[in-house]
Amino acid sequence: MDALDVARWQFGVTTVYHFLFVPLTIGLSTLVAVLQTCWHRTGDARYLRLTRFYGKLFLINFAMGVVTGIVQEFQFGMNWSDYSRFVGDVFGAPLAMEALLAFFLESTFLGLWIFGWDRLPRRIHLATIWAAALGSTLSAYFILAANSWMQHPVGYRVDPGTGRAHLTDIGAVLTNKVALVTFPHTLAGAFLVAGSLMVAVALWHLLHGTAHPAGAQTAAAGNADADRRAYRFAARFGAWVTLAAAVAVLITGDIQGKVMTEVQPMKMAAAEALYRTEQPASFSVLTVGSLDGSREVFALKIPYLLSFLGTGDPHGRVRGINDLQDQYAAQYGAGSYTPIIPVTYWSFRFMIAFGMAAAAVAAWALWAQRRGRNPADARGSRWLLRAGLIMPLLPLVANIFGWVFTEMGRQPWVVFGEMLTRDGVSRSVGLAEVLTSFTAFTLIYAVLAVVEVKLLLRYARAGLPGAAEATPTPPDRHDDDADRPLAFAY
Amino acid sequence: MDLPTVWFLLIAALFTGYFVLEGFDFGVGMLLPVLGRDDRERRVLINTIGPVWDGNEVWLITAAGAMFAAFPAWYATVFSGFYLPLLLILLALIGRGVAFEYRHKRPEAAWKRRWDTAILVGSLVPAVLWGITLANIVRGVPLHADGDYAGGLADLLTPYALLGGLTTAALFGTHGAVFLALKTAGDLRRRAGTLAARLGAGATPLAAGFLAWTLALRPGVAAAALAVAATAALVAGTAAARVRREGWAFTGTATGIALTVATLFAALFPDVLPSTLAAAGTLTVQNAASGPYTLRIMTWLAAFATPVVLLYQGWTYWVFRRRIGVEHIPEH
Ligand code: HDD
Ligand code: HEM
Ligand code: HEM
Repeated sequence: MDALDVARWQFGVTTVYHFLFVPLTIGLSTLVAVLQTCWHRTGDARYLRLTRFYGKLFLINFAMGVVTGIVQEFQFGMNWSDYSRFVGDVFGAPLAMEALLAFFLESTFLGLWIFGWDRLPRRIHLATIWAAALGSTLSAYFILAANSWMQHPVGYRVDPGTGRAHLTDIGAVLTNKVALVTFPHTLAGAFLVAGSLMVAVALWHLLHGTAHPAGAQTAAAGNADADRRAYRFAARFGAWVTLAAAVAVLITGDIQGKVMTEVQPMKMAAAEALYRTEQPASFSVLTVGSLDGSREVFALKIPYLLSFLGTGDPHGRVRGINDLQDQYAAQYGAGSYTPIIPVTYWSFRFMIAFGMAAAAVAAWALWAQRRGRNPADARGSRWLLRAGLIMPLLPLVANIFGWVFTEMGRQPWVVFGEMLTRDGVSRSVGLAEVLTSFTAFTLIYAVLAVVEVKLLLRYARAGLPGAAEATPTPPDRHDDDADRPLAFAY
Repeated sequence: MDLPTVWFLLIAALFTGYFVLEGFDFGVGMLLPVLGRDDRERRVLINTIGPVWDGNEVWLITAAGAMFAAFPAWYATVFSGFYLPLLLILLALIGRGVAFEYRHKRPEAAWKRRWDTAILVGSLVPAVLWGITLANIVRGVPLHADGDYAGGLADLLTPYALLGGLTTAALFGTHGAVFLALKTAGDLRRRAGTLAARLGAGATPLAAGFLAWTLALRPGVAAAALAVAATAALVAGTAAARVRREGWAFTGTATGIALTVATLFAALFPDVLPSTLAAAGTLTVQNAASGPYTLRIMTWLAAFATPVVLLYQGWTYWVFRRRIGVEHIPEH
């Protein structure tokens, strides 16, 4: 084990961890904004209570997204300084744009939203959550543009003197075809998570029967019926969001497959464990390869499907790993240009399977509530409850596998065709240092994971706030110095 | 002025903004156990910065992002060379950020106590380490001819750097106390004011000494003028704190911190990271910069976006301008 291995593990662990919180931040900020808009339009208290309820869950999650993000930004310089020197000119630009255009927007307006319930007129307060949601969506765009450049570098040239990459066309970087399809695909993945969380929590309350007065929440639940109505809306709304996101993720994923076949054919071959070039190529449902990974031993396949997925033509040619390996060795010099096949193969399948499983639960939840039915009365409601409990984890895991596939499938390159991962690592940082930081981050992240999950469960279980408690007192010009307590305080 | 110089100034401005803004919220965090006698008072203190601390921290994210884009070699060497201090800063910022959000989420006293510790340590550690880091950047560190860091941890802990760390911690503590005197009401306000005057009396000579040492290491007319102005602002701020002119006191410490950071960057220019070994390793504004195209794009972006950001961040401070007292803290 050397510093390079540890640095890679650290990058994988911290980035995956950051991305556990990101999809909910992106998806839920928008869904909460929608709920608040419903309240603003209709004045119906149930939307307001839902806004505040899911808003709380959103904030518990958001804090983790923020603090893990800073680690990501510092990490490029700390562990990957040669990479940073090489790409800063190109890669740094979208990162700086992200901070200036997106993070400021999100953090400032979220502060206004959290503390501004009784400080801002209603319309303006509503605008703050939309601004924050816009900020998080924009931030995804810029970081994905940066990442897409690593998958498919465009708009640059390498200075022969310094060996550094120089930006030549920012437009090309921001409209990289990989970025244009990665962005909607990732957004759809985020809404799949947020929708699922919304369904899961609401369903739990409907099925577990907490929609009745309980403990400290009595003011809240004076009216069990009102609660049930609200949860019902959330469960259905969330389920529709989940289903729509699933369709979007399929469509964009299909396009992504085609772009990938074009710009990173090795990744597509690795996704399928396709060793020999085929025309037409069949999609592998299950392939078992030989131990050295150079040959397939057993395969179960759907004819023509891979050709269609990769090229849009059922008779298209899809190139195999062995072929590409030979080509790259000739092009870039001797060495292995093949990612770890079992990882790419399985992560690709798990991404699809787990995501679609969430959509299936959403469909089930809708079915159980069709035409005003109470899901608690439906047959198999205990199974629905169980499925609902794991539901938010499904698309979350799918997202993680998607990223593991994307990033591992690019290996051994850190910037495809330009820089190998092993050449990007910091030369001045020793094993002891990386090991220290890796251990420290892993420990603190593990502790925080336990804390955050417990808090989320606690607040999810506590349920909706009461209508009176939820309703803000709008600001009054004359009471600037009033002794009224803050509507919200840390 | 050429673009790399413009970007040097912009990055200096971003770090200045960061230290002025996050300076007071580090200060508030450091003073939490000192001024907050009970849970309610501690909640008052935390709520003075509640709506703004994340926005303040984004100044750091932007500064680092701008460094990455405009001076990749500088970003790469500083972040890999100052590995352990930056690691500690990250851990501190993680604990602190989560603490603000989670502290009041459960009623148990033990739970709150733990997060209070996270806020205290999470504010104190970066306050010291940023000073050490800045001081080392100005003084220079051992660098190989290719610009990679050649030293160890001990090379970062020189007396000059330690004084730098002490100075930033003292300045942020003062700034925090002054901010609290401005933002709280009642008894807290009075105690914060008294503490501000005391801390200012300690921080000002420390800062003056550190700035003088900086000038001795890297003399320059502009830096000297800025250092004098910084000291004057700190003296004025402390005096204003003593006579309870809270607005002026805050103006004084904010200006003092801004000018202190400005002095450091002025002393550094035209280098961005001097090498204490072979001069060939020294990173300068010219040899560490990105290509002109990147800098031009970024300049347009900054010219357009920065005023907008300043406007809405300023508005936030206006919206939450009201003082907070214990009576404003809700029960749960
Ligand atoms: C809920 C999550 C989810 C679901 C159900 C899917 N994906 Fe996905 N996928 C992601 C979440 C995701 C992701 C985490 O968001 C990734 C990682 C990087 C990216 O662009 O999106 C991803 C990457 C990714 C890539 C890699 C692109 C590259 O490296 O250039 C491809 C080809 C697909 N997806 C294709 C699909 C297909 C064909 C799917 C369904 C049939 C599918 N995805 C479902
Ligand atoms: C869009 C922003 C992203 C950027 C700029 C980025 C950048 C990088 C870089 C520089 C590496 C190379 C270092 C290494 O090999 O360890 C890497 C690897 C990796 N990334 Fe990403 N990444 C991004 C998003 C993600 C996300 C969201 C995840 C997961 C949820 C992820 C998962 C991984 C994993 C697992 C590796 C390890 C691959 C390996 O080392 O074999 N990445 N990424
Ligand atoms: C490895 C590359 C990444 C870096 C350097 C990075 C950097 C950051 C930083 C610094 C923050 C904190 C912002 C704050 O304080 O408000 C953050 C939060 C966030 N990141 Fe990441 N991130 C990375 C990967 C990703 C990916 C892949 C996505 C989405 C597709 C993403 C989306 C977000 C979102 C939505 C937030 C929420 C907080 C906010 O916008 O303020 N990040 N990230």
